[in-house]
Order: sequence, then structure tokens, then C-alpha cells
Amino acid sequence: MTDFAQYLLAGLALGSVYSLICLAFVVVYRATGVVNFSQGGLVVFGAYATYQLIAWRVPFVLAVALAALVTAAVGMLIERLVLRRLVGQPVFASILITLGVLFVLEQLCTTLWGYNLRILGDPWGVRTLALAGVTIKVVDLWTIAASAAALIGFFLGFRYSRLGIAMRAAASDPEAALAHGVSPQMIQGIAWGMAGILAVVAGVFIASGSRGVDLTVSAVALRAFPAAILGGLDSTEGAVAGGLIVGLVEVMSAAYLTPNAPWLGSNVHVVIPYILMIAVMLVRPYGLFGTAEVRRA
Amino acid sequence: MSDLAAPPAPATPLLAVRNLEVVYSDVILVLRGVSLTVPARSIVALLGANGAGKTTLLRAISGLLPIHRGRITKGRVEVDGEALGSETAPEIVKRGIAQVMEGRRLFTELTVEENLRVGGFTRATAPAREALERIYEMFPKLAERRRAISGYLSGGEQQMVAIGRALMSSPRLLLLDEPSLGLAPKIVDQVRAIVQDVYDHGTSVLLVEQNAAMALSVAHYGYVMEHGKVVRDGVTAELREDQDVRDSYLGGHVGGGARRSFREVKTYRRKKRWSA
Repeated sequence: MTDFAQYLLAGLALGSVYSLICLAFVVVYRATGVVNFSQGGLVVFGAYATYQLIAWRVPFVLAVALAALVTAAVGMLIERLVLRRLVGQPVFASILITLGVLFVLEQLCTTLWGYNLRILGDPWGVRTLALAGVTIKVVDLWTIAASAAALIGFFLGFRYSRLGIAMRAAASDPEAALAHGVSPQMIQGIAWGMAGILAVVAGVFIASGSRGVDLTVSAVALRAFPAAILGGLDSTEGAVAGGLIVGLVEVMSAAYLTPNAPWLGSNVHVVIPYILMIAVMLVRPYGLFGTAEVRRA
Repeated sequence: MSDLAAPPAPATPLLAVRNLEVVYSDVILVLRGVSLTVPARSIVALLGANGAGKTTLLRAISGLLPIHRGRITKGRVEVDGEALGSETAPEIVKRGIAQVMEGRRLFTELTVEENLRVGGFTRATAPAREALERIYEMFPKLAERRRAISGYLSGGEQQMVAIGRALMSSPRLLLLDEPSLGLAPKIVDQVRAIVQDVYDHGTSVLLVEQNAAMALSVAHYGYVMEHGKVVRDGVTAELREDQDVRDSYLGGHVGGGARRSFREVKTYRRKKRWSA
């Protein structure tokens, strides 16, 4: 039972990081129609940027905030310099370009920081605390709390702010939004900026604790990809649900499936999210929360 | 309502379109030298069959041509006597021109109030909030349904949202594209009353309509377009008496009427989708 509680917490922590990355996928997808494969590059860049600022003795919270600013700027720059030139081209071209951008970002990180694992320098480290016989990693608690706060912040923004409403409007009917003064270019830039901010929060929590920063941080974004599909690429709620489901399933299958069914191999937890994604897509091709184009008139 | 007369036009019209030529995708010539003016404080009707170029003319005014790969190749659009250059759609909204597109084009999964708020996007918070209150006064029905998802409203209510949304920028000129399209006759009367109301609140209207009877009953002046050209214009009382206009647009002649068949409407839509 205590084991289960531990796994549950670890799964929620991983799931919340996935949720953040999925939300970034969804925000960019809704604004631009592009599946952003460079998200992982933003995540690893954000983690390295935070590491660098902490190494320069910037206090942790400030370091994260500054890194978020820088990474948001990088995201907006990518949109401005690369993707905006592809307007009018098939969306497929843009998607492939984001893959190219991913490699560029990863290369940039190795050029700046090399291949060695860097310890992020977060305030939690490997500390644990015992609660009713359950050993809890402090960083997991913070991951869940901070991700929840970030997600709630984003959701309130989408729901009530002028910009959030404009973003939803532009996703619903870009031409009508433009006719009322909402420029799609502006919305797309902001979406990429948001993707940068979300990437930093996710990157910091992936790399904190005993994990450290290296290029493999980028791969976590690809692991979050089936979660985004599972939830529905055009649904922000789906992003969160998909992220949490995949995080939990991944941790639980590593904990229970591998020891009980060794014939499945020791890395079955990496495959399970994809199997889950395919299973869901067979029943609901647009994801759990995605919309199947319902429109009147 | 034949006693409706346009107030004396001031020297510079609110909107003047001069000899406008518009081409899509660099090959399809849609407007072939259109001139039209909307004086301040007036309702102007623009009639014509499907494909005459009415919507294109509105796009040229509101800055929506580029996203349809359209381009002005000759002539110009003037607002307050000042020629528009490369103004984008948001800049034109700020100049005081708002458009209600054909088919209402609501953000269907957003609520009524959210739709309205998008209409005020170009304004600061305080004036946008005041505008919202004014829209609710003008359309009490919308205030009642402010939290409803707009896609679930009836056609007439949706048209109210679309017009209210455009009015959120407090425009001096409202471009209305086919507001009566697809609405029941009773609701068309309501739309007509709304147009009158908008005018009474001080906004001029350029009304594009298939429903010529409705348009001519509310407008002061009218233009008739055919194949990308203005073929006739005049004060509405005159147009209503004009035999050609009666034959072609008012159903005064058996087998006539603006909408000859629904099939024609459909193929036009298909064509439009392909050429867009």
C-alpha cells in the first residue's frame, strides 16, 4: 500500500510535467495548426538556461523566471523567423521544419553546454520526507504543486483574459477574428511564447532532483506526445488529462508490469503510452477531449 | 417607407470606393472598376446576384483580401477622403469600419459575451466594457443569453451576436454582408429593424443583400452590381420603381427574382470554396 502511494505520487509528478508539455503542444497546434516537434528543444534549452543562471548565482525562482522569459523569446523568434515564412505552404512543411528546429536547438545546447550531465542546482535536491510511513521525494510534491499552479494560471487566462478569449476565437475562426482586429500573426507569436514558458517549467522539474540536465531531457517531450494525442490535440483540458493518464500509466506499468511479466521486457513502460494512444484513437480518433468538428452553419 | 430620404451629404463621404479593380490569385478579375460612396449618416444598399463581387468589395474595404490571395490592382478605397494604403484588417477596425461577414461567422464554441468581447479587442478595457453595456441595452436578448454557447443560439439570435460583436468597436461604418441569408421572413423583419436601429444610434451601414426588397426598404441609396461592375445606382425610391431592378431583384416578373434556384446558390458556394 505504501508502495502504491509512492508510485501514485511519482506518477502524478511525471504526469504533471507531461501535462505542461502537452499544453504547449495544444496551444501551438490551436494557433497555427502545426504539431510542434521542436518542443523538446525548448524544454532542454529552458533547463540549461535555468542551470546557467543558477550557476551564475541567480536565486532559483528568479533564475526560472528569467529562463522563462528567454525561452519565450526563443519560441517567438522561431515563429517569426522560420514558421511565418511558411504561411501559405502546406502545414506538413511546417511540421517537418519544426523537426529541423529541434535539431538546431539541441545542437545549440551542446555547443553552449557540452555533453556532460549538469546538476541543475534546484533547492530540493534529493531530499525526501516521510509521511505516514511513505517516503516522498520533496521535489515530486513541488512538481505537482507548481505544475498545478501553472496550469490553473493558464486556464484562467484562456477563460477570462482578453488575450485568452482572442486566442480561442482565432482558433475557432481565424478570418472572423482577423476581421475584428485579432491578427493571427500576433496570436501565433504569443502561442510560441507560451510554449517557451511552459517548456521552462517542465524542463526545470524534469531536470531537478537527482536527474540533472543533459540532452536526453529533450526526449521527454517526445514521450509526452502520445499524451497530447490521447487527450486530443486541440483540447487544453485533454492535454492535462492525457498528461496525467500517461504519467500514471507509465509509472504504474514500470512498477507492476515489469516485475510480474518479465517476458514483456524491462522497458515496457516506454511503449505502454503509445499502445494506450493507439487504443484510444481506435475508439475516438480525435482523442478523449478533442472535437470532431461540430459546427452549425 | 418611401419617405426615407438621405440627409444632405457632407462634402467628404465617410467611405468612397473609386474605380476599384480586384484580382484573386493574380488571374481572376472579380471587380472591374467599381465606384461607390457611403455618405456619413446613411444606409447604402448593395444589391446583386451571387458572384457579382459584393463580398469581394467588402473584403477590399475591410482589409481581408490578402488572406484570400486577393489584391487591389487599380483604384482605391478612401475613408474620410483619405486613401487606404497597406492598412491591415485590425488597423481598418481602428479607423472605424467593422464588418459582419456572410454566414455570421460566430466563434461557435465561445459564449455570447466572449464573442462580443472579441469584437472589442482593439479597444482598451474601459471603453470595451462600456461598449458591451451599450450592446446589451440595444439587444436585451443578448444580455439574457450572455453565458450561452453562441453556436446553440437560433439563426436570428446568432445574427444579433454577429452585429453586436461588430458594433463593439463603435464603428462609424458597419459593413453587413447578407444579414438575412438563411433566416425566416419574420426574422428578416427583425434584422431590418436592427439595421434601422444601428443607423439611429449613429452608425452608417453598407448593406449587402440578396433580399432586395428588405434592403431597399431600409436604405437611402442603392447600388446594383453585376459581373464585377456597378450597373445601376440611385436613391432607393427610384430603384424600387425601376423596371429592370423589379424584374431581376424584386420578383416583379414571373420566373425572375434574385434567387433563381437553390441549386445555383449551392454551386456558387462550391465554386467559392474552391477559389478561396
